[in-house]
Amino acid sequence: MTDTPIPAEASDGVGVVLPPSIRDVEPVRSVRTPIRLEYDFIPSAAAQQYLRAYGEKRILGNRSPVDGAVFVPPRGVDPRHGVVADEMVDLADIGHVGSFCVTHLPIPGRRDLPVPYVSAWIHLDGADIGFLGLVAGCANEDVRIGMRVRAVWKPDGELGDTAENVLHWEPTGEPDVPIAEAGNRAWGAKQAAAADDDADGGDSGA
Amino acid sequence: MTTLTVVTAVREVAVVSSAVHQVEALTFTTDVQLMVPLINEARGAVGLTQADIGFTCSGSSDFLAGQGFSFVQTLDAVGAFPPISESHVEMDGAFALYEAWVKLQVGEVDTALVYSYGKSSPGSRRDVLAVQLDPYTVAPLWPDAHAVAALQTRLLLESGAVSSEGLAEIAVRSQHHAVGNPNALRASAEATVAGVMAEPVVADPLRPSDIAAEADGGCVVVLAAGDRARSLSDRPAWIRGIDHRIDAHALGVRDLTRAPSAALAAARAGAGDDRLDIVELHGPTTSQEHILASELGLDADTLMNPSGGALAADTLMAAGLVRIAEAARRISSGDADRALAHATSGPCLQQNLVCVMEGE
Amino acid sequence: MTEPDAPGPSALRADLVIEYPFIRTTGPVVGAFLTGLREAVLLGIRRSDGTVMVPPVEYDPVTSEPLTEVVEVASTGTIVSWTWVDPPRPGSPWEVPHGLALVLLDGADTPMLHGVMVDSPDGLATGLRVEAVWKDDRVGHITDLAGFVPVDQVTAAHR
Repeated sequence: MTDTPIPAEASDGVGVVLPPSIRDVEPVRSVRTPIRLEYDFIPSAAAQQYLRAYGEKRILGNRSPVDGAVFVPPRGVDPRHGVVADEMVDLADIGHVGSFCVTHLPIPGRRDLPVPYVSAWIHLDGADIGFLGLVAGCANEDVRIGMRVRAVWKPDGELGDTAENVLHWEPTGEPDVPIAEAGNRAWGAKQAAAADDDADGGDSGA
Repeated sequence: MTTLTVVTAVREVAVVSSAVHQVEALTFTTDVQLMVPLINEARGAVGLTQADIGFTCSGSSDFLAGQGFSFVQTLDAVGAFPPISESHVEMDGAFALYEAWVKLQVGEVDTALVYSYGKSSPGSRRDVLAVQLDPYTVAPLWPDAHAVAALQTRLLLESGAVSSEGLAEIAVRSQHHAVGNPNALRASAEATVAGVMAEPVVADPLRPSDIAAEADGGCVVVLAAGDRARSLSDRPAWIRGIDHRIDAHALGVRDLTRAPSAALAAARAGAGDDRLDIVELHGPTTSQEHILASELGLDADTLMNPSGGALAADTLMAAGLVRIAEAARRISSGDADRALAHATSGPCLQQNLVCVMEGE
Repeated sequence: MTEPDAPGPSALRADLVIEYPFIRTTGPVVGAFLTGLREAVLLGIRRSDGTVMVPPVEYDPVTSEPLTEVVEVASTGTIVSWTWVDPPRPGSPWEVPHGLALVLLDGADTPMLHGVMVDSPDGLATGLRVEAVWKDDRVGHITDLAGFVPVDQVTAAHR
């Protein structure tokens, strides 16, 4: 920061001399300049496969060729290593809540989402990262990290090539996943368990 | 006359490897998928992994992706784990390279990964570029990039600086040089001035061959400093000077037939200190390539745009970095000893970066 | 690197629209220019060398001094460069092919960019004398100016 004063003329209009033609009229102080840009969005090959699989009530993930981590949605790349990941994996439509948020303010353009609603990071069985989903079918205050959930699908006749086929995720009633192994801790817990197995010579129980 | 002093860089920095990929349109390939093989190729060519890279800097535009912070997702292609030191410019990758060069000057790191990409095919690039104009008095009229360049071209023609045939010669030279360049979209040994002059005017007075062939693609450049560069490359392309200057933004306040910022950047980068074997100019139209060549005062021995230049394939956000990569590659191969690469940004050559490189 | 083939009989695609409903504050100088447009008057700003810039800017592009003297310029001028836009661009205020020109208004030393409403590019030339044509409903926007028309084609309806 410097101490150089900003000239008064530039900052507040004092000193700007106007011609007679606009001297006595209400000055314009703001102007609407909307921007609109249109794109023809074509998803990648991996995303096309993922979306079409939804039409068959299947959820696909990508397996990393480096360490087997499974990402969902599949983007054709393992982002931790910057390598191509083209192996697709079918995932169960059941998992647990990795983290969640209760939203009380409505989103513009989403009148279909009555507030308050719960958005959550859904960690599917078999996947090593979560993806965004809506949790419903229970009281919002009952949602917790580790809560087991399953997909509630649209009726068969209403399925399209879209993740919107899953209306929301509802609790299954199964025992919770322990917090130490839930959400983003799951990968670390899995790696630690694998290391233990190796240390034990691979004869720990599954 | 003012004497311009060229400041010698504290650290020698060189381009040690590069990778380029440009096509007419990428449809089922995301920005990330495009960059994975390119980044791996450029790093791999000098035996580096991401863990060996001191600083990463990229250039791209969210307005091409139609998504805010799109460049963050593109870091998936880098393999940015463990977390990396990284920056981004919402500009051509040539300017990201400048930032990386500055970072190397500071002395904390010895290597840098620079990349840029542009997938403009899903949108209308000439209209997206209208948004860079004055938001109050110009952009609401949506003057597209071809129209704005056409206004500049007409001024140039009517000033007598060049004729339509002269511009067609530039288009033809680009198409001839581009033959054999796997990253060129418009290449033809059979192109003629008569053929170009017979094309219908599409943005009066510009013809299709006067306007760069739009490409989707990406470019990667690896920089290294001092002895690190010597250990990675038998013949690094040493950056002897690099500079970036900016002219006034408003179209009516400057002489559009000139690009003083290009001349000043070239002088500051020491372009005229010795002969130039090749220049790679980022001129998105023949008229702009002409203006740049005039401002740089190039002599007849200098080979102009051996790659075909931006006219042969123009990847928005990467065309400038591609010029640096193409020039550096020819130094490292021994085809050239001293080269100038140029990048532009803003309407009608408003901003210009010049990079002068030498083999040892 | 090769592009993957089209997956399946028809690729999924979607319209993606990015919109920003900007309302920009204008300050005293740009605001004065837009006020002038609302009043059907064209304005510029005087630099310390006496020349007049249109549209006005807050700071001299060469000396960086703040500029303060807003002056009226004529609504007639001369085309210094032009091009033809066909088809009109999405989002532009014109619905038919039109000229786009740098117009040096009488009394100004820098040209402004706007449309020229003629039927074909044959009607355009550097040096052509043109006159501003105003919309009836003006709000303080660059499009309060409908465009320019060759002076010999200005009619009572335009005025």
